[in-house]
Amino acid sequence: MSSTTKPQGFSTESGSRRADRIRLLAQPAAVVVLVGAVLVWAFTRNNDAIEAESINAGVLLTKTGEHLLITAVVAAIVTGIAVPLGVLLTRSWARPVAPLFIAIANIGQAAPALGVLVLFFLWTEWEGLWCAALPIAFYSLLPVLRNTITGIESVDPALVDAGRGIGMSSSGVLFRIELPLAVPLVLAGLRTALVLAVGTATLAFFVNGGGLGELVDTGYKLNRVPVLVVGAVLAVGLALIVDWIGAVLEEYLGPKGLA
Amino acid sequence: MADTENVSGVEIQLDNVTKRYPGSREPAVRDVTMTIPAGKIVILVGPSGCGKTTTMRMINRLIEPSSGTITIGGEDALRLNADTLRRKVGYAIQQAGLFPHFTVAQNISVVPGLLGWERGRINDRVDEMMDLVGLDPAQYRDRFPRQLSGGQQQRVGVARALAADPPVLLMDEPFGAVDPITRGNLQDELLRLQTDLRKTIVFVTHDFDEAVKLGDKIAVLGDQSTIQQYDTPEAILANPANDMVAGFVGAGASLKQLTLLRVRDVDYEDIALTAPADESPATLRQRMIEQNRTYALVLDQRRRPLRWVHVRALSTASSLTGAGTPVGDSVSTQSTLHDALEAILAEGGHAVVTGTRGEYVGMIDITTVTDTIKQLREEHEAGSAAS
Ligand SMILES: Nc1ncnc2c1ncn2[C@@H]1O[C@H](COP(=O)(O)OP(=O)(O)O)[C@@H](O)[C@H]1O
Ligand SMILES: [Mg+2]
Repeated sequence: MSSTTKPQGFSTESGSRRADRIRLLAQPAAVVVLVGAVLVWAFTRNNDAIEAESINAGVLLTKTGEHLLITAVVAAIVTGIAVPLGVLLTRSWARPVAPLFIAIANIGQAAPALGVLVLFFLWTEWEGLWCAALPIAFYSLLPVLRNTITGIESVDPALVDAGRGIGMSSSGVLFRIELPLAVPLVLAGLRTALVLAVGTATLAFFVNGGGLGELVDTGYKLNRVPVLVVGAVLAVGLALIVDWIGAVLEEYLGPKGLA
Repeated sequence: MADTENVSGVEIQLDNVTKRYPGSREPAVRDVTMTIPAGKIVILVGPSGCGKTTTMRMINRLIEPSSGTITIGGEDALRLNADTLRRKVGYAIQQAGLFPHFTVAQNISVVPGLLGWERGRINDRVDEMMDLVGLDPAQYRDRFPRQLSGGQQQRVGVARALAADPPVLLMDEPFGAVDPITRGNLQDELLRLQTDLRKTIVFVTHDFDEAVKLGDKIAVLGDQSTIQQYDTPEAILANPANDMVAGFVGAGASLKQLTLLRVRDVDYEDIALTAPADESPATLRQRMIEQNRTYALVLDQRRRPLRWVHVRALSTASSLTGAGTPVGDSVSTQSTLHDALEAILAEGGHAVVTGTRGEYVGMIDITTVTDTIKQLREEHEAGSAAS
């Protein structure tokens, strides 16, 4: 059956299922070890006053929390816009304009994230969370949009035909056949988008959005390597954890019966 | 028409139906008019691309006709809501088209679910349909399509199409993608189902042998779905309407005709001299000499054929049970003439015919077969000349 062929698109799946399983366990463990070791080192060394101002539980938690919040908002915006838009663009009447939207999303991703962020700031004169989240969402839209379209288009047309042929409405076919079968690719796209978002959120401090980028910035400007290292390592750890959550979702939210 | 009361199917009428796809100059289906009788299997057969699928899909309006009318059981199909219409028209396609993320039971439940049946009734129906198509519900209910063989998937496809008990069933090359043995079994199964269900079945295939085996009537379609001949398989085999049909029927039309006839339909004769196994060789020999026979057929107590004995073997034999040679291939009155011919050739010109309990009822020989074919030809020629 042609529905069994692995559709093309952004896919973060790699290697065999066994390798995936091992990775599913190893990745969070590695993050815990890495982040734990760096934190232990940072907290037990002799920090001067400037360092202690950043390296304390309160600040680290706040910054991490801000970073997560940006990421969560981005995830919500991306899912809320890219998935419905992707679905719309696969309807037969919208096919002609699909390339236009893909092109816009392509531009969003191709443009330097910092540029998009700063231009948006200059244009809107907003600052803070929304000023950071909206451009980052625009920047991260493409993988989800493209994967939603690819995911739906790679559903075997015979299944859609069978669905309509036995009397499902077109929305019935969309929600019971096309979308569930597209879920793995949509999730893979979302996972890519979120990893991008966590990375890009380190730039949020430019527009007063907070986040771990602020630690990196402080460490760099005040020449305090430990602060810089802690900020960078937390950002990396967060990206790996978000990626891991994406992998777990892909493993458990995908449609049953396909493998 | 004595048995119309058990028919659950309804008549389908196509009148001047034409389909022109946007962007193509010639219509894919041109002005088709045909009546598909209630409770019959009608086969649309023709070369690839001739418009069979398009014609069928206009019946459930997966494709909207450009012009013409279609009625199903007297109702104008073009005026019904398309989704409502399709829930009343079963639809089975090549490779089954099962939803891979639905279990067997969920696949079969779709249409009853759309029709708003209660859970309990749907569950009972799923079991009933699985039994009907020969899949054990306990074993297969919760499997995913991927966990079934191609033939089993096709069975589920048929069960899904029949789940809401639609009067009409559309099948587009449903057995096209399975191996020949499985295909044969699925065909037999469909015929068995149909004897009880008596649906109106429109069946698309490009395989003429499949058409002959399954069809009550066959429509041989040419380009743009133009009807070249629409008749019973017997009539089409005996007398193809034109060169295109003849070409499609292909070589071996006479042999194919033999698959349609059963031994009980022809005149076999009770011409063998028979003898019970406990008769003494001497008395049998005496009888044979009197009647001027060289061979006799020895039967057991239940009159089942055992051995052929030559008159010369009888002078030395002590009993009939060991004399002569065992009967080889025999044919039953249920056998097709095709199988009978096989046995006749194997047995050297004639074969023993047995009844339903295996008892001897007569003999069939090669001239019976050739006479039958000749007679059919003449009948259908006379028929088409008269019409
Ligand atoms: N959706 C479509 N759009 C345009 N042309 C089509 C479409 N579907 C089928 N056709 C054309 O219509 C003709 C009949 O096709 P089809 O009904 O599928 O034939 P068959 O089932 O006999 O192989 C073919 O020439 C085919 O190319
Ligand atoms: Mg076809």
